[in-house]
Amino acid sequence: MIRPKDSIIVEVVARFMVPFIQIFAFYVIFHGHYSPGGGFQGGALLAGSVLLQRVVFGKRGSQSGFATRFGIPFGVIGILIYAGTGFLAQAGGGNFLQYDHLPFGLSPVYLRNVGILLVEIGVAFAVMGTLISIYDDLVGLKKRGEGESMHSAGPERGRDAG
Amino acid sequence: MARFLGFLTILAVGAVLVYGGMGLPAFGDPNAPAAVHVSDQYLEHGYHDTHTPNIVTVMIADYRSFDTLGETIVVFTAGLACFLLLRAERRREEEDAE
Repeated sequence: MIRPKDSIIVEVVARFMVPFIQIFAFYVIFHGHYSPGGGFQGGALLAGSVLLQRVVFGKRGSQSGFATRFGIPFGVIGILIYAGTGFLAQAGGGNFLQYDHLPFGLSPVYLRNVGILLVEIGVAFAVMGTLISIYDDLVGLKKRGEGESMHSAGPERGRDAG
Repeated sequence: MARFLGFLTILAVGAVLVYGGMGLPAFGDPNAPAAVHVSDQYLEHGYHDTHTPNIVTVMIADYRSFDTLGETIVVFTAGLACFLLLRAERRREEEDAE
């Protein structure tokens, strides 16, 4: 773990890179219909952008970006989006995950197009939340003393981030 | 003796695997069983069915959507297992420290 004030270059570059990684992640998710990519890869990129903050700013210093308590809920939301798409298709009179019966009022071909996008978004949520949650669980195994010292650096980090 | 038996077992299993591998179709063989039944259907009808040029996406998210739902749940279950095992461990350490 890089401590605060260890390297201004690492901090500045990380802060500069994070939004670009996230934009590229959304591009990978939403352009998955036309190019290599999709929910798994885009979700991994989104998680990578948060993990870069975790590594550079410390676990406590990066909570404002993505709080640890959101990891598992994001996974649940992703799976609910995915399964919800399936149940929505059932509500429209089709089988589970039969996208051309989604009740959106488009032609069946474009309903399948939209259905793919919906499940990809669900996958991205699930992968992002799961990867961040695993990292936070592993980092959480620190001794209590180390956590305290990071906490004492907290307010200072907050001022820098502002 | 036990090591010798283990070595013999490895040799025997390896021979069976090589023998089985000889029956596989050549790499990229267009007449392989995997390439003549359902793959053609996907490639021919994929774009027409969904207007999505990326056939891989069509396969994993449309034709094989149920598989992908299972995969996602597997990924999430791995994260949940880490959550249950490691975070409970940390809480116990913190209680010990107090």
